[in-house]
Amino acid sequence: MDELESTLKPLMLDGLNGDAKAHAQLLKLLSERLRAYFGRRLSASPDDVEDLVQETLLAVHLRRATYDRAQPFTAWAHGIARYKLVDHWRRRKVRATAPLDDVADFLASAPVDTDSGLDLTRVLSTLPARQRALVEDVKVLGLSLSEAGRRGGLSEGAAKVALHRALKLLAERLRHADR
Amino acid sequence: MQTDELIDLLAADAGPVGRYAPAQRLGLGAGVGSIAILMLVLAWLGLRPDLAAAVGGAFFWIKAAYTAALGAAGFWAVERLGRPGVSARRPAVLGASILALFVLAGLAQVVSLSGPARLIAVKGVSWTVCTRNIAILAAPSLLITLLIMRQLAPTRPTLAGFAAGAFSGGLAATLYGLHCPEATFVFVALWYTLGVAVSAVVGAAIGRWWLRW
Repeated sequence: MDELESTLKPLMLDGLNGDAKAHAQLLKLLSERLRAYFGRRLSASPDDVEDLVQETLLAVHLRRATYDRAQPFTAWAHGIARYKLVDHWRRRKVRATAPLDDVADFLASAPVDTDSGLDLTRVLSTLPARQRALVEDVKVLGLSLSEAGRRGGLSEGAAKVALHRALKLLAERLRHADR
Repeated sequence: MQTDELIDLLAADAGPVGRYAPAQRLGLGAGVGSIAILMLVLAWLGLRPDLAAAVGGAFFWIKAAYTAALGAAGFWAVERLGRPGVSARRPAVLGASILALFVLAGLAQVVSLSGPARLIAVKGVSWTVCTRNIAILAAPSLLITLLIMRQLAPTRPTLAGFAAGAFSGGLAATLYGLHCPEATFVFVALWYTLGVAVSAVVGAAIGRWWLRW
């Protein structure tokens, strides 16, 4: 448990300082943890698991300003994951069948197979053309943000802003996607 | 989209978010909210005519200390409820203690008075408008606070809205003291407290749906 905290927290701090590799590694490790966490609680609707993982990763990313560097990272991330789960149940009008858990439970997990998120693909297609092109170039072609921006005629700064906006829009629409 | 692809996207957007920490944003909002409420008091209600004399007395400050303390507990709770994995137990206990203390003082005063004097203390000269005025004055601060909280990550939206309302109500009640001449524990414990409570309940009702993310 402390091992996970001591792995994730430095990655989070590096990511906040602009280290994209550390940030990617953090989200990668977190996604495995989330997949197991949601998987155990959504055994009746396994199709929703990956969508919820993606929604939570977006929330963790977009709301990372609410993370206090003095705070345990796992407590913060668990707070978000649990909120997303409860919110998912509320939207689905399903009463919580699993008992609400604590941080220790969040930390204990077994890996599960990755599956693709259906909602995100669908939601991505609703983005404004320019933002979608930027996202596709970074995602599919693996271009760096500045390269992708140049392809779309954007300066590096403008590309940064556009990507951030696109991610916010994705998160917003993903939450309201019909499921 | 595969989750790994999403992670690559998010990694391209690494780095700090926003120039200000949540507490700083909320503090800034509190400043703007205070100014808005103050202008509303001046433009709509006006200062109490005997303000200069009143600030020399103790009760003016006791009243202000009570409502400001309620607001401070609310602010503390707001700041904590906006961040996942952080408990708001201590601000809640603080707010409840302040409330209980002042209500007890009000009750003690009610008991000590009798007959007509008791009724005069309870009603003052403005019991019909006090609660309403405080709730209205709280509105600009409540709006600002909720707008800021929408950018944070409140995992208990109803409670977060309640705290935002309590904070705004406390702030409004404190500035309302510049207009309102009432000077008994009974009156403040009842009508001022009720004004803050109305603001808190309105905040909770809005937060319940508006603070979801």
